[in-house]
Amino acid sequence: VVEFVFTDEQTQLRAAVREFAAEYFGEQSARTLMESEPRFDPKVWQRLGAELGVLGLSVPEADGGAGGTLVDQAIAVEELGAALATGPVFGTVLLAIPALVAASSSAPRDELLGALVEGTRTAAFAVPDRAGAFDPALITITGTDTLSGTVERVADADAADELLVAATGPGGIALYVVDATGPGVERSGLVTLDLTRPQANITLTNARARLIAGPDEAERVITHALQVASALLAAEQVGAAQHLLDLSVEYAKSRLQFGRPIGSFQAVKHRLADCLVDLEHARSAAYHAVWALTDTSDDPALAASIAQATASAAFVKVATDTIQVHGGIGFTWEHQAHLYFKRATTDAALLGSAEAHQSRVAELVLDDAAPGHAPRVATGTR
Amino acid sequence: MSSVADADRVADLARRVVADHDPKKVPIPEYLAACYDAGLSWVHFPEGLGGLGLSRGLQGVADRILQGAGGPVPLGLNPMGYGMAAPTIREHAQSDELKRAWLRPLATTEHIWCQLFSEPGAGSDLAGLATSAVRDGDDWVLNGQKVWTSLAHRARWGLLLARSNPDVPKHKGLTYFVLDMHGPGVETRPLRQLTGHAEFNEVYLTDARIPDAHRLGEVGNGWNVAMTTLMNERSALGGSGNRRGAGTISDAVSLWASRPDLQTPVLRDQLSRLWLRSEAQRLTAERSRAAATVGGPGPEGSIGKLVGAELNQHIYQWCMDLLGPEGILYHGYGMNAGEGDPDATDWRGPIQQRFLRSKANTIEGGTSEVMRNILAERILGLPGDLRADAGMPWKEIRRG
Repeated sequence: VVEFVFTDEQTQLRAAVREFAAEYFGEQSARTLMESEPRFDPKVWQRLGAELGVLGLSVPEADGGAGGTLVDQAIAVEELGAALATGPVFGTVLLAIPALVAASSSAPRDELLGALVEGTRTAAFAVPDRAGAFDPALITITGTDTLSGTVERVADADAADELLVAATGPGGIALYVVDATGPGVERSGLVTLDLTRPQANITLTNARARLIAGPDEAERVITHALQVASALLAAEQVGAAQHLLDLSVEYAKSRLQFGRPIGSFQAVKHRLADCLVDLEHARSAAYHAVWALTDTSDDPALAASIAQATASAAFVKVATDTIQVHGGIGFTWEHQAHLYFKRATTDAALLGSAEAHQSRVAELVLDDAAPGHAPRVATGTR
Repeated sequence: MSSVADADRVADLARRVVADHDPKKVPIPEYLAACYDAGLSWVHFPEGLGGLGLSRGLQGVADRILQGAGGPVPLGLNPMGYGMAAPTIREHAQSDELKRAWLRPLATTEHIWCQLFSEPGAGSDLAGLATSAVRDGDDWVLNGQKVWTSLAHRARWGLLLARSNPDVPKHKGLTYFVLDMHGPGVETRPLRQLTGHAEFNEVYLTDARIPDAHRLGEVGNGWNVAMTTLMNERSALGGSGNRRGAGTISDAVSLWASRPDLQTPVLRDQLSRLWLRSEAQRLTAERSRAAATVGGPGPEGSIGKLVGAELNQHIYQWCMDLLGPEGILYHGYGMNAGEGDPDATDWRGPIQQRFLRSKANTIEGGTSEVMRNILAERILGLPGDLRADAGMPWKEIRRG
């Protein structure tokens, strides 16, 4: 497997997801579903799982998945992002499934993983993170067999069937699954900036829990899930940003002012050229992270942070410039630009902002940097 | 896609060259001649012309072995030769004899090449150039002035674009030649730049003669031939492979690490942004190399050229910001200061010199404005600029 080279099968996978998304997702579907309950169509979600098989592309076949790689999953997520697909992509595909894959086999884990991959059930990942990294200090839920406590702002928790919850018990932090509709689970939905990516606060009161990963492996499982999610979120950001750049380019070609297409003005075309550069950088960083997590050719924490710092900034820039290039129409509710702009703002904040990841990169590459071979500084003498 | 067998063959040939001609012991031209004769100078060129007729993606296999053993980076020794002249000669020279005669000494660096495109009146609007080429028997007679010609004073041959027909629109009246830099009527004068050095030259052509056999491409087709050259130049400027953290950013990170007394949170923030952008560009170059297993350089090279140039400027500006008052000292503006000293190369030398030199990066090899036009028009497909000279015979265009 050569980094950045897609196989024929992966090209076909991309085409298949794109075709499916064109039929079932996109602007009109997002507009309808973002004002419905739940905010997605469970039948379409099941077809994504059982029929198209793209919810568990990197899940081993023995666990009911496609037995492919994270690269396959990234391709599917990128296409779903381009179409602003509704459904628990973030909670289930980006976080819960990778966490379950990383956890040791057990009855609750195997059974849940199979159901999530099939699309018959969905899950949210109710584990607070510090800018996309595991931080035990943030975990306030306690218990073992029954859990109590609160987790705020959990993406996709409003309609999830299952919640993956980290809790502190006598033996340390462990990861559990809780039936979201069971007794002792209270969910209050929140109004989100991006209506297509809902959130809920969760309060558990002696809610019954089944163990997924014990204290011996919970940190590794959660860290892995957060790194995979960071890389896959970057792929979603790339897909959505590409959709917007295509939209802006088409508009700049067809919109006439002063008797010529606005895309012939350098002020407009140079803005779009800069978007192209940032988008291509984001694509490189996202897929590098995906490959690094696949073949362990790079430090996964660094690769994930490079991807998130680059892709969050790129999607926000492209979305911002899409509104600007479209002018007045781009500021209306009727135009799709705002749907993606709100997704860009949301994606940038989830799993750590571009700035938070930049800060982590600084810790990893600058704070311990060796002086090495620093160039000479002229001192005013010949 | 390149097959594993081809990669093994390239690796075997490279290892044999290294075994028979230890690059740490034999003179550079001898080593590079062995590379050429083994077909490893440009593996995608035909056999007998320094290549093996394989995919260009396999060049990296050869270079890793040849350079890893201590061999030189030929692009650094003969930049216009390797970066621009070789692909243009291969595609457009009139005979295999000429291709052989030019390519082998080019590859060995015995013949340095230069490029004579820009003129005082034709920079970004290169197609508006005025140097005239008039046919006279089997020869062409050249008159005019070229500028920004690096290495002209050391070059044996020059790639020259000239106007063979002033009566047609500008792009259609150009013809492309190879100029003997040692011939009569070719005068090279150093051009001093703001660093104090004279990396570049002005070249004056006064009734200089070029045999018609040294024309590359058809009469009047010079613009299309020049595009081969420029695409390769831009991909050479922006496309070099690097380890993470290598390249210009390593200057800034080393400086940062060596001067804890000057570190501030703001500078750290700025440096981490520059590091991220350098890394994203490095990965993008890797990705475009991985994709370019077949075919020549495309407009994607313009991304690397654009980003690399702006990054260089921002990185050295950051170094100057870190140094503060220490940065406003210099080591002298003597034009020939340090001739023969490696520091005399402008992009080496002390930080302040690198800082000053970086100001040219967004101009040379295509301004950043032109690069953005290229990305917008060739990749995104946006409409071109309105041109006041569209369709006009060249001689009627306002110039100045």
